[in-house]
Amino acid sequence: MTFVADALSWICLLGGGVFVVIGAIGVIRMPDLFTRLHAAGITDTMGAGFILVGLMFQGGMSLITAKLILVLGFLWFSSPVSTYALARATLASGQEPFWSEDLEIPDTARIPGMVYPVDAMGEADAESGEEEE
Amino acid sequence: MFIAAAVAILMAMALAMTRALLGPTVYDRVLAVNMFGTKTVLMIAVLGFLTGRPDFLDLALLYALINFIGTLAVLKFFEYGDLGRRVDGGGEAS
Repeated sequence: MTFVADALSWICLLGGGVFVVIGAIGVIRMPDLFTRLHAAGITDTMGAGFILVGLMFQGGMSLITAKLILVLGFLWFSSPVSTYALARATLASGQEPFWSEDLEIPDTARIPGMVYPVDAMGEADAESGEEEE
Repeated sequence: MFIAAAVAILMAMALAMTRALLGPTVYDRVLAVNMFGTKTVLMIAVLGFLTGRPDFLDLALLYALINFIGTLAVLKFFEYGDLGRRVDGGGEAS
């Protein structure tokens, strides 16, 4: 039984570490604040959830697990609220999320050899605009 | 395995600090600091198990509360210019 709990704890801790690093890489790589908010949400939900659940398996049925549940519950309530407040404050400051027609993927964020449909959309809009004129 | 989780959290903290230093607008920095605080909560919890003293969880709970309140206070300061609420309703928030 101890072995099963340890194995589950390992899986949860390693998975949580992977999700935390993925969220941090997303915050570095994403082009815009609203997409960075999306990446930061991975850290707050999956990363924190997996790591704290992994620690709960180590804690067993004790006061430690109760405290971990409190931390996890509070993180799950406070993270969406602060994300929403941040997005609302950013919109109020005048910064707007871009739409697909004026989306330009920077060269540093492109995967070599991949075809992006956004480029075709931009060219189609430009051609139709010229025909109308 | 606690060390693996701690190393992953430390790497993510370094990346979040990079975004806080690079961030073009102040909201990027607020986002990075908020994420850094969340990772600090996780780091305190993992560190408590790593050193065999899980009593540090009280600190993690307290830090989660302070991180949330601090983020909202900073956002309100940047949105309204001060921490008080305008009651006259005149003009837009600068």
